[in-house]
Amino acid sequence: MKPSAFDYVRADRVQDIFDAFGHYGAEARILAGGQSLMAMVNYRLARPKALVDISRCAELDYMHVRDGHLVVGAAVTQARVQQREALAREVPLLHLAFPYISHFQIRSRGTVCGSIAHADPSAELPLCLAALQGSVVLRSKSGRRTLAADAFFTGMLMTAIEDGEFIEEVRFPLAAEGHRYRFDEVALRRGDFAIVSLAVVASASDVALTIGGVADRPVTRRWPRSVAGDLPAALAAFAWDLQAQSDPHVSAAYRRHLVRTLGQRLITEVLDETVS
Amino acid sequence: MVGYEYYSRKARDMSSELVNESGPHVGRRALRVEDAALLTGRGHYADDVGVKPGTLQAAILRAPHAHAEIVSIDTAAAEQLPGVRAVLTGADVRQWAAPFPVGVHQPMEHWCMAIDKVRYVGEPVAVVIAEDRYLAEDALDFVEVQYRQLPAAVDPEAAAGAQAPVLHEAVGSNVVTDRHFSYGDPDAAFEAAEHCVSLTIHYPRNSTTPIEGFVVVAEYLAGGEGYDVLSNFQGPFAIHTVVARALKVGSSRLRLRFVKDSGGSFGVKQAVSTYVALLCLAARKAGAPVKWVEDRYEHLMASAAAPNRVTTIEAAVQADGTLAALRYDQMDDCGAYLRAPEPATLYRMHGIMTGAYRVRNLAVRNRVVLTNKTPSALVRGFGGPQMYFALERLMQRIAVELDLDPLEVIRRNLIQPDAFPYRAPAGALIGSGNYQESLALAVGRGNLDELLQRRQAARAAGRLYGIGYAAVVEPSISNMGYITTVMTAEARAKAGPKNGAIASATVSVDPLGCVTVIIDSVPGGQGHRTATAQVVADVLGLVPEDIIVNTELDTQKDAWSIAAGNYSSRFAGAVAGSVHVAALRIREKMAQIAADTLQAPPDTIQFAGGTLYSSEAPDRRLRFHRVAGLTHWSPGSLPADMQPGLRETVFWSPPQAEAPDDKDVINSSAAYGFIFDICAVEVDRATGQVRIDRYVTSHDAGCLLNPALAEGQIRGGFAQGLGAALLEEYRYGADGSFLSGTLADYLMPTACEVPEPIIVHLETPSPYTPLGAKGIGEGNNMSTPVCIANAVADALGVADVRLPLTPSRVHALLAEPEPEPPSAEASRAPAASADGSRAGRDTLRMSGTVQLAAPPERVYAVLMDPDALASVIPGCHALEQVDEHTYRAEVTIGIGVVKARYQAQVTLSDLDPPHGLSLGGKGMSALGTAQGSGTVRLEPMAGGTRLAYDYDIAVSGKVAAVGSRMLEGAAKVILQQLFERLGRKASGETIVARPSWWRRLLAFLGIGR
Repeated sequence: MKPSAFDYVRADRVQDIFDAFGHYGAEARILAGGQSLMAMVNYRLARPKALVDISRCAELDYMHVRDGHLVVGAAVTQARVQQREALAREVPLLHLAFPYISHFQIRSRGTVCGSIAHADPSAELPLCLAALQGSVVLRSKSGRRTLAADAFFTGMLMTAIEDGEFIEEVRFPLAAEGHRYRFDEVALRRGDFAIVSLAVVASASDVALTIGGVADRPVTRRWPRSVAGDLPAALAAFAWDLQAQSDPHVSAAYRRHLVRTLGQRLITEVLDETVS
Repeated sequence: MVGYEYYSRKARDMSSELVNESGPHVGRRALRVEDAALLTGRGHYADDVGVKPGTLQAAILRAPHAHAEIVSIDTAAAEQLPGVRAVLTGADVRQWAAPFPVGVHQPMEHWCMAIDKVRYVGEPVAVVIAEDRYLAEDALDFVEVQYRQLPAAVDPEAAAGAQAPVLHEAVGSNVVTDRHFSYGDPDAAFEAAEHCVSLTIHYPRNSTTPIEGFVVVAEYLAGGEGYDVLSNFQGPFAIHTVVARALKVGSSRLRLRFVKDSGGSFGVKQAVSTYVALLCLAARKAGAPVKWVEDRYEHLMASAAAPNRVTTIEAAVQADGTLAALRYDQMDDCGAYLRAPEPATLYRMHGIMTGAYRVRNLAVRNRVVLTNKTPSALVRGFGGPQMYFALERLMQRIAVELDLDPLEVIRRNLIQPDAFPYRAPAGALIGSGNYQESLALAVGRGNLDELLQRRQAARAAGRLYGIGYAAVVEPSISNMGYITTVMTAEARAKAGPKNGAIASATVSVDPLGCVTVIIDSVPGGQGHRTATAQVVADVLGLVPEDIIVNTELDTQKDAWSIAAGNYSSRFAGAVAGSVHVAALRIREKMAQIAADTLQAPPDTIQFAGGTLYSSEAPDRRLRFHRVAGLTHWSPGSLPADMQPGLRETVFWSPPQAEAPDDKDVINSSAAYGFIFDICAVEVDRATGQVRIDRYVTSHDAGCLLNPALAEGQIRGGFAQGLGAALLEEYRYGADGSFLSGTLADYLMPTACEVPEPIIVHLETPSPYTPLGAKGIGEGNNMSTPVCIANAVADALGVADVRLPLTPSRVHALLAEPEPEPPSAEASRAPAASADGSRAGRDTLRMSGTVQLAAPPERVYAVLMDPDALASVIPGCHALEQVDEHTYRAEVTIGIGVVKARYQAQVTLSDLDPPHGLSLGGKGMSALGTAQGSGTVRLEPMAGGTRLAYDYDIAVSGKVAAVGSRMLEGAAKVILQQLFERLGRKASGETIVARPSWWRRLLAFLGIGR
């Protein structure tokens, strides 16, 4: 299991990335933590001409709070975000979700932006970004554009990243006053790809449920808080709308069941808590 | 190196403790001598060992199809690549080798590589030998193989039927052996029985997966000296003869060498032997030594698996639960070839098919069916997991159906303590045991009463809690004669007797009195060097640190016989036993020398603290090394007639390991341990997840040489048994495509999933092994899968539980009705809707509708126009017409970063303008094949066309093996792209596709259009 030959470019500066894009065109892939990409390269499922390693690019190695968001640069590993002392207060949903993201060895290499760029439908970080209505900043030689999570994820392993662009940072909105957050996930083993992952965000007026692992991307449905009594029917309809798929381990029916059952459990919990 | 220093200090402290402590070393929890190297990164695994300068690397081209004829192989392009030295194909194999001998008399051939037909996904088709592995893998894409696909036989029950595609035409059927056995009078017992309880089980295809894959370094020697091989093959060495026959050399011309450490063996390393043959031929073709290191994908897909088994088991039972007779109908799915020693999985347990129970009437039918899957081979547990899954599930069903306590049903039928040695009806001779006592220990130490209370409380609260039991007799030290039970008594008489379980060991003492031991078990990671040193130290009055143990067997220099190797839990009973016997011979010789010097009777000579003395005069002591030294430095001063030197080699075989008699009675193993397990689980009703609340495992492995090593075996077997119960299965599509090609698809338990079991020991010594030890290496692989299954069945109140009990499967057993889909919702679905289903193992079926903004006639016209069609097929470049409705196309299919370039054929048929047609595509790429066939219906609707599609999709090769989690999603993406582009084209939109990566690459290289 050896990759086909590729050039390795270490981008110490953002300009190096643009130079590599200029040289290799669309055949250059960004390498950050390599936790998904390298496996596919080794299996030869992907045969990029060049890997542009941004993991040591100081310009992309930043994490801070700005304009009501936790901003995470492209070189920041998942472990560093998880270890951020104020994370539970700043972005409680991320704090809840991190323990489900694989194992610490992988989090200490994998980057937040890399997981977003990979857009695995079962991954937790895209789910959190979508649930929180965060955004992605894409940078190219000609400038930057900011996309809402909904516009960024376009399908299974597919995003709105154009040739010549890379993710510069992602922005997670900070916890809003009075909002409540819940996360749950079922996987076959600890740290595995989610069969179904769920994020609940409850505000004073409504409750939103975002589901990962079922559709080709994270999907959110929002209801007024008064949905409580009608929740089973609402969740049943949502579960069907997600067009769950079967794989060798899991039936579509089981995925729909988890959406209903765990959705009910999480939403009921969060509604009860905010009332009391 | 702080960690290492700490470890050494700790080891020193503990060993000095051991030195000071009096009493034998056998039985102590001695630290493993192997670990200092392993824990500090200084182990010697097969891939770490240096190779000769000029050694080349091999990569293996493997079949993407489960069943296909090889029409042609063209290696010219691959051979011309820089760095590629040679390509080995079936033609070479046919010239230099022979098929492997097969264990049943049938006209079928198993070569080390496909010759004219491939019969499973992953079967070797060519070997590229190059200067490095990267180049070798690059070249695989350039070996052009044309296949003619054949229908595949995948499900074992269907494969056994008359309509199934046949793998080996000359056999005429996929059932290659079918034998009936009867012991006692089972028919009469069933006739007379008050109750008959039966059950059909489907044991899954799984494995016990080592971290380290297969490694072979082979060289073809000059001057007709044959082949020299270094590998991590594990035995049994009867397979050495099989490989020598396949290579058409005398066995002395096939030198097998081994390395010091192992990254896990677990039975599957027996299958390295197939690749020993293949790599020998590769080395011969290349004219240089060749190394091959199996990668994870190859290992999962094509190394070996335990045969999946379908068993119908019946019991004739009295009302109190007493068994009167058992009847098995077993069918093993051994995959594409019967690879030696198969069908041994079916016969390993043969003498002990009655398990721990004293039932005297037994009927057994054994069939082997071949299917288009990887050939089965040894897998830890070897026949035990399959057999006990049937028997112990049945014991629970008897209790349920007769409304008895399952523990009571087991207890009532156990062999009584005073019955040992006990001869089971099919032949097992169980030397010792106290099954009631083992059971009582588990019940007491595991606090079963508390678990029963928990179950009661949980159930009262509406929760799902269950308790399971398993009673297992664990055979060890296989009698090499058991495999011949597959033959009739007449055939056996013709072939000559086969029996025994020979172990060999050599103990030598050198001129300075240092002791070296060579054993025949080859490394597997169990700590054999540690236990061997303990055994020898006791015999010679030394400490284990004084003994060097070498497990790096060399078939040209060391003692070995056909039963040598690391399998059938033979170490403690047979290997350590033969070591003991050899050490006793050394002791005897040294005692004679000492007696001569001390002028004392030889039988008074004692060995202790590195000295020899007579018990009659304990004050006069001779140093051990001085006595040993005489045999080297001064043979003239030895007692008369004594040979110089001090080296003893022993071949030991238990006399009880006799050949099967003419009534097929076979003592299939030399020793039989006992296990009684209790498992309590809670099943989460919401998620179907199984949580193990407590697991108790009570073992009687006779005398334990080193309880820490024994418990290592229990923990490892338990983890693998838990994996088999809850997670692990090699999955295949209906077309035989392999779907478990990564460790994210073949799920093994990690430390997070494995709870700590409560381990209890009882030691009833085996009368048939030199040290009273019985094997303990495989017991939990046999007991744990069924014990967990019994607990889950108890929790859910169901009869048919199939492993692995994944949450999805458990949820299905709960059979909760699902709310109906809101039908209005479905029709409001966005532009396209698709519903994929792959019920069980069927092909992927996708159907759905798309609304197109053009009338049916326009849509139809696009499909009929090659240029328009080319612009509609996603990733299509170069569409070329072959005949009226068939096109050849190059299509690049990409999902995210994953890209595959297919040579495709597109076919239109069943034309019914403008209402519909069939549109099929079939493509081949380095990542495997993909095909889709189905119908497209066009119906006019307001503002355009409603297009309904219904597709069967089959994907094979690497994409299926490693991408099964996303296959359905990917198929959906591609179909939707296809039909959306069709709609846009038909409505007159220009499709400006982003140029494909391929076209961009060509453009970059300056050769694009």
